[in-house]
Amino acid sequence: MTKIIEVNNVSKSYGGVKANTDISIEVQQGGITGLIGPNGSGKTTLFNSIVGYHPIDSGSIRFEGKEISKMQVQDIARLGLLRTFQQTRIYGDMNCVENMLISMPHRKMTIREAFTTNTRADHDRAEHLLDFVGLYEKRFLRSGSLSFGQQKLLEFAMALMNEPTVLLLDEPTAGINPTLINGLIDRLKRANSEFGITLFIIEHNMRVIMNMADSIYCLAHGELLASGTPSEIQGDQRVVDAYLGAH
Amino acid sequence: MDQIIGNIGLLFEFPVVNLKILLDGIMIGALFALAAYGLALVWGVMNVKNLAQGDFVIAGGYVAWTLDQNGIHPFLGIPVAFIVMWIIGWITYKLVIKRVIERDLFTSLLATFGLAIMFAQILNLMFGSDTQSIQLDMPTLYFADGFIDVPMSKLVGVVTALCLAFGVILFMKRSRMGQAIRATAQDARAARVLGIDTDKVYAFTFSLNSAICGAAGAIIVMAWVIQPFYGITYSIRAFVIVTAAGLGNLPGVIAAGLGIGALEQYGSHIFGIGYQQAIAVLLLLLVLFIRLLQQRRKRQVLQ
Amino acid sequence: MTILRPIFYLALLAFIVAAPFIAPEFRTQLATLWIFIILSMTWDMTGGQMGYNSLGNILFYGAGMYIAAVVGIAIVYNVGEYTNAAGGGIYKFTDTQYFLGMALGLVAAGVLCAGIAWILGYLLFGLRGPYFAIGTLGAAIAAGELVSNWEWVGGGQGIALPVYPGDDYENAKLFFYYLFAIVGVILFIFLRWFYSTRFAAAINAIRDDEEKAEAMGLHTLRYKLITWSIAAFFVGIAGGISGYQLIHFEPLETAFQTINLGIFMVVCVLLGGKGTLWGPIIGAILFHVVKEVTWNYLLGWQWVALGALIVITVVYFQDGLMGWLARVKPEWFGERVMEKPDMVAEPAE
Repeated sequence: MTKIIEVNNVSKSYGGVKANTDISIEVQQGGITGLIGPNGSGKTTLFNSIVGYHPIDSGSIRFEGKEISKMQVQDIARLGLLRTFQQTRIYGDMNCVENMLISMPHRKMTIREAFTTNTRADHDRAEHLLDFVGLYEKRFLRSGSLSFGQQKLLEFAMALMNEPTVLLLDEPTAGINPTLINGLIDRLKRANSEFGITLFIIEHNMRVIMNMADSIYCLAHGELLASGTPSEIQGDQRVVDAYLGAH
Repeated sequence: MDQIIGNIGLLFEFPVVNLKILLDGIMIGALFALAAYGLALVWGVMNVKNLAQGDFVIAGGYVAWTLDQNGIHPFLGIPVAFIVMWIIGWITYKLVIKRVIERDLFTSLLATFGLAIMFAQILNLMFGSDTQSIQLDMPTLYFADGFIDVPMSKLVGVVTALCLAFGVILFMKRSRMGQAIRATAQDARAARVLGIDTDKVYAFTFSLNSAICGAAGAIIVMAWVIQPFYGITYSIRAFVIVTAAGLGNLPGVIAAGLGIGALEQYGSHIFGIGYQQAIAVLLLLLVLFIRLLQQRRKRQVLQ
Repeated sequence: MTILRPIFYLALLAFIVAAPFIAPEFRTQLATLWIFIILSMTWDMTGGQMGYNSLGNILFYGAGMYIAAVVGIAIVYNVGEYTNAAGGGIYKFTDTQYFLGMALGLVAAGVLCAGIAWILGYLLFGLRGPYFAIGTLGAAIAAGELVSNWEWVGGGQGIALPVYPGDDYENAKLFFYYLFAIVGVILFIFLRWFYSTRFAAAINAIRDDEEKAEAMGLHTLRYKLITWSIAAFFVGIAGGISGYQLIHFEPLETAFQTINLGIFMVVCVLLGGKGTLWGPIIGAILFHVVKEVTWNYLLGWQWVALGALIVITVVYFQDGLMGWLARVKPEWFGERVMEKPDMVAEPAE
């Protein structure tokens, strides 16, 4: 396995608040990597640093060996590094199929291809993926009218439509009906194994992340607290303390 | 081209010319800053980008000019313009602005653009399209062997503008209404929850802005000239200043106002008076572009 | 539905061809109507479909006018000397020179305006929302002021072009009407196709949530530049034709008329309905007819009334006619609530 994302000694502060201090993380190609930590531990800040939403103070971030810490969001996304948002972002005035079709991987298109109409195959793929996340019945509904959980699923499907190399998911199970969580875990795993998409997931739900990830990083107070396999993390006293607030 | 080089050469040959240009620029810049302060107020408090700003200025100028035509001393024109424009601002708020505050920004921009056209055309119908100014019976001061001439009228105008600005700032800091305005600017919903009548605050803010512009116009007409269609350039200057300084940055607004005034004077000295309007607008593009590059370094966009 | 559509378009085309003969006394107004339609449709490409509300598209109209005129003159005479003489009688154009000059001029106007949009877009498309609107407005005003100081193209005096060959003035009117109509019809056909492509879906994504579109890896800047350049291309040609139609034009009031035509096109689109194919056309017709009918009855208050119309449209009727229809009759616009199995790749309009 090769490293696809390498975060080296990244620090980021907002004013006087240190959100990330000297963090180093590796994401293995083809795997599922988890990022956990209590609220305010700097997980989303790290995500935003990787996908280019703000400049970092120091350190380096590499994607497939290429330095990306100075690049703009869309340039990074065009390398195939995609993210979903904690507060979902979809095109609320369009229906689900349109949302899917808009998410076609434009980075792989030439201008001539962009100036063509979507083919039958594109529609089929869109509907297939909507079926994959369980939104097939609702595919012609205005996406803004969907529930928060359904919007999350739609956003996930849109990300798959985009054929990313790596997908960064910010709390994919938050706000999703607990009875559906097992189904979602299953789909995330299948996205990883069937479509070959490397996943990097922020997750609060311990059970979820322990079930999925093959390696986990734990942040606390903006610093890297521990890393290892799920069982190592589970057995780590510092992680337990951080979550129970003994830190 | 030769003329441009000649004009630049003049600046080095006679350094005192620089001083004259700077002085001229700073004096008109003080009035730009006043209009920009009003814009920043409205922008910050109610998130309305008012493109009719300059037309309020011009309208205030015509109020003072009308009074002067009827034999009333122009100094009295300043408070009268303040009051008249307060009322016009209040009516404008009730009829139009009130309905666009909660809408997207382009709506308020376009609505105020429509207002700007209306104001300019009404002024044109009422006063004709000639440039107007008030001749004050005041001496002109000369410095540096007559190279620098400072009309007293301009000096008085700038001092009045400073007093007005000081008064408004004091009001914003000390009074209950000033506090309410600042609270609404920070978080309108929170202010509403705490029992502040935000509609009243908005109406007051917009009227105050309009009144400040009116007074600025009354000062401008004493020492410079006005014309019904000059409004849009004043609006653009106000935008340049606020964009360059950022919201809620009073020293910045003043500095940017004076700076823009000086740059414009330099520009029209070098390129000729015909380019004055163009320079005012090109400065906008320049400032926007610089801000853009700054934001880009922060991986952000200007929005 | 499928049989009705070609019939409708054929009838429409026939009407467009016949219009100047149905109402011969309104030929000039009909030509002007086409300007409104072309400018509104192109404005909607960025304003309605891409969410970038430009207040400065008039820049391309003015630039097109100047470019077409300068090219038309330059193939025969020295431009500086020509403008210096301010249309004096010594400069004659043969019919061939006139039409060749115009043809080359219009092509140049379209291509160069697209180029201007591309370069200007690099500077301005980093600006969002109101900053973009103000930036484009500033660019248009600046262009007008700079051109009015540029003596080579006639300065504040503007340019006087040769008149249309022949003595029958009606011929000229017909010629310009059909020229505008051809550009307008081509633009319509182009947009009908354009709005069905993946590209159009991408610019709609930019409109609805640009940050998301960026995060999905769209070439946002490139797509914005292409869209604006296409719009500028058509606006430039329309401006070029206007120059030849007007014969004489000057920079501030005719070419770069920021507060007249520059804002009217926005109002037309808002009246008809943003982000639709037909909205801008309907809005332009509505606006132009109302303007022409009421103009003479307003006794000098026309411009004030127009300002008021802008304010009222923006404040009370911003969704426009099509937006209102979409609210009242959503099913006409293909909004499906119930699950239907017959979804095929029919391009959305």
